[in-house]
Amino acid sequence: MISGSTIALIPLLPLASFLLLGLFGRKYLSSAAGWIGTLSLLASSLISLATAYNYFFVSGKVNGAYQQITLLKHTWLAFTPGVSIDMGLLLDPVSMMMIVIVTFVSLMVHIYSLGYMKGEERFATYYAFLSLFTFSMLGLVLSINIFQIYIFWELVGVSSFLLIGYYFDRPSAVAASKKAFIVTRFADLGFLIGILILAFGAHTLDFKILIERLTTSSPELRGMIGSSFLGLSALTWGLLLVFAGGAGKSAMFPLHIWLPDAMEGPTPVSALIHAATMVVAGVYLVARLFPIFAISCPGALHVVAYVGVFSSLFAAVIACTQTDIKRVLAYSTMSQIGYMMFALGVSGYGGEHGLGFSASMFHLFTHAMFKALLFLGAGAVIHYTHSNEMQDMGGLRKYMPVTHLTFLVACLAIAGVPPFSGFFSKEEILSAAYQNNFPIYVIALFTAGLTAFYMFRLYFNIFWNKEFHSHHDSSDGHHGEAPWTMKLPLLILGVLAFGAGFVPFGNFVSSDGAALPAEFHLALAIPPVLLGLFGIALAYTMYKTENDLPNKTAALFHRLYQGAYHKFYIDEVYLFITQKIIFNLIGRPSAWVDKNIVDGAVNLSANLTEDTSGLIRGWQSGKMQQYALWFFAGVMGIVAVFICMWH
Amino acid sequence: MAEITLTHLLFLSTALFFIGAFGFLTRRNMITMLMSVELMLNSVNINFIAFNKYLFADRLDGVFFTLFLIAIAAAEAAVAIAIIINIYRNYQSIDIDDADSMKF
Repeated sequence: MISGSTIALIPLLPLASFLLLGLFGRKYLSSAAGWIGTLSLLASSLISLATAYNYFFVSGKVNGAYQQITLLKHTWLAFTPGVSIDMGLLLDPVSMMMIVIVTFVSLMVHIYSLGYMKGEERFATYYAFLSLFTFSMLGLVLSINIFQIYIFWELVGVSSFLLIGYYFDRPSAVAASKKAFIVTRFADLGFLIGILILAFGAHTLDFKILIERLTTSSPELRGMIGSSFLGLSALTWGLLLVFAGGAGKSAMFPLHIWLPDAMEGPTPVSALIHAATMVVAGVYLVARLFPIFAISCPGALHVVAYVGVFSSLFAAVIACTQTDIKRVLAYSTMSQIGYMMFALGVSGYGGEHGLGFSASMFHLFTHAMFKALLFLGAGAVIHYTHSNEMQDMGGLRKYMPVTHLTFLVACLAIAGVPPFSGFFSKEEILSAAYQNNFPIYVIALFTAGLTAFYMFRLYFNIFWNKEFHSHHDSSDGHHGEAPWTMKLPLLILGVLAFGAGFVPFGNFVSSDGAALPAEFHLALAIPPVLLGLFGIALAYTMYKTENDLPNKTAALFHRLYQGAYHKFYIDEVYLFITQKIIFNLIGRPSAWVDKNIVDGAVNLSANLTEDTSGLIRGWQSGKMQQYALWFFAGVMGIVAVFICMWH
Repeated sequence: MAEITLTHLLFLSTALFFIGAFGFLTRRNMITMLMSVELMLNSVNINFIAFNKYLFADRLDGVFFTLFLIAIAAAEAAVAIAIIINIYRNYQSIDIDDADSMKF
């Protein structure tokens, strides 16, 4: 049987490690910090694996469908009898899958960081932040209440902020952490308003009741569809605003600008937070509310689909031109999350129609594995070359055999080459898109080709192209490829990035809990594979050896290349909007009002008081006899008044 | 020789009171100020005794009040001299104008 207190340990162990390392780490535990964090994560990932096994194979299934189980429900803040913020644990196939991914990738990153972050001054702080993040993310995926998810959502944002700004002595890292926090906070404002609309309409914050009320014909649902604002119903507004929060966290266009800059954080952090776990929180949120989207509000689901597919293509085009290897990976993350989003967007609810849902979760699963691997591999490369730029690399295959091999596996997986894991999940997504929305299918197909191209551009630029010239005087004195703590996670993730696709995923995770056997459409599998191979071949001819083909191509598509190289000037647009329009039209007038009118009123009262006191303070002279004289005069005055009154 | 009436006594006490008040307000020496205060207190004593004798000769209230006032005057003198000694220790002076640091 599944026990609530055991599952509660999964998030609580990282919390304990955060408190321990955060309070005492720097002073007393600086050398043991890494091992404390890693061991607590190891315990928590073993528990989550055991729980997942128990849920999926022993006790989760009732009547052929996986049930939603609510454990340890505790009412924390009750507003009215129906509306309360509860804390608890929600178990269903999606959250089970998420806790396994989060604890597992986090464990890999913890082990990897033992080598990567060795010798950092704030080593214990780093592990404390990692534990805090893991705790928040686990709390997020186990939430039973939409407000509980919001609380953990913000905690995740804070820990992401702390980790991006880990190197706080670099101005670029500080700027990046602020940018990430502000952009996601801005999106979370939408999320909060969305929560309030949904709670106001459905009179509950509980996921289970919320979904029940808003998917069956109930007075709440009729009320929410009936009331409209600016031409959209309250339900659509609520869902779209919730999606806006998800889009901010998941770096969907146009709220994606923080993700590439977030690469200023340490590379293992990018692997954990900005590739495998936190950025898929938006996908998770849409998946959590999926029945409402799919059954009651297909319009909002279309928005999800189009935003997803546009972000996917947009990011893929930019990724082809970037030269910082972590930024290429950041844009590829955004592109792959776009894939997950539009897979949800084209999906229906239940049975066969739920293919997109399963495919999206499947892609989330495989993506977490191969993208964490790519980032950790890139981290090893950066560790070796001390640079993020492609031009400082090349020919590294001889020096870093393990990294080379695992990176190649991950590239093949993300490019969708069979039988690597990405192939299976992408194939499912594409067939879901093919069945439901042909234009999206075409765009996604093109994006798949682009993905293969830019990933292999990255691969060839790092490991082939030119000979490696170390910046150090001789490579004899160099520290070698990487310590075993860095190689071990690469190897484990490499095996999973290869094999994760063979999991019969639809049997475990589907929109309605019932098993959805995977159908393999050969005709649908061929085009993406061919396009992927074409992309790889193109990358091979352009980047295998040093030649001027890339420059010629760039010159050929000059305008497109320049646009993509500058990320389509989205940052500049934001800067224009904020600095030129918002600052000038709203900021400066309000500052004027604040300085002159609000501060003026306060200053006026202060000045009046001071002037008056300046006039009368001479009365307090310190001369005792003056006081006595005033006292006598007062008594005389009172006596005079009394005498007058009696006559 | 005419008899001493209530008016004579009231005139005496009023004169004493205002001599004391004038001294209190004008003298700078704290001991002298204390003596002025004693003068004012004693003018009140005379008032009490005079009213008691001329208006309510069968009662003793005024006499008792006077005894009280003498006791209070003694206590007041003790406290005042203690304060004056402390001021002297701090300012090396018993001039009231030198002890004026309690101001704005």
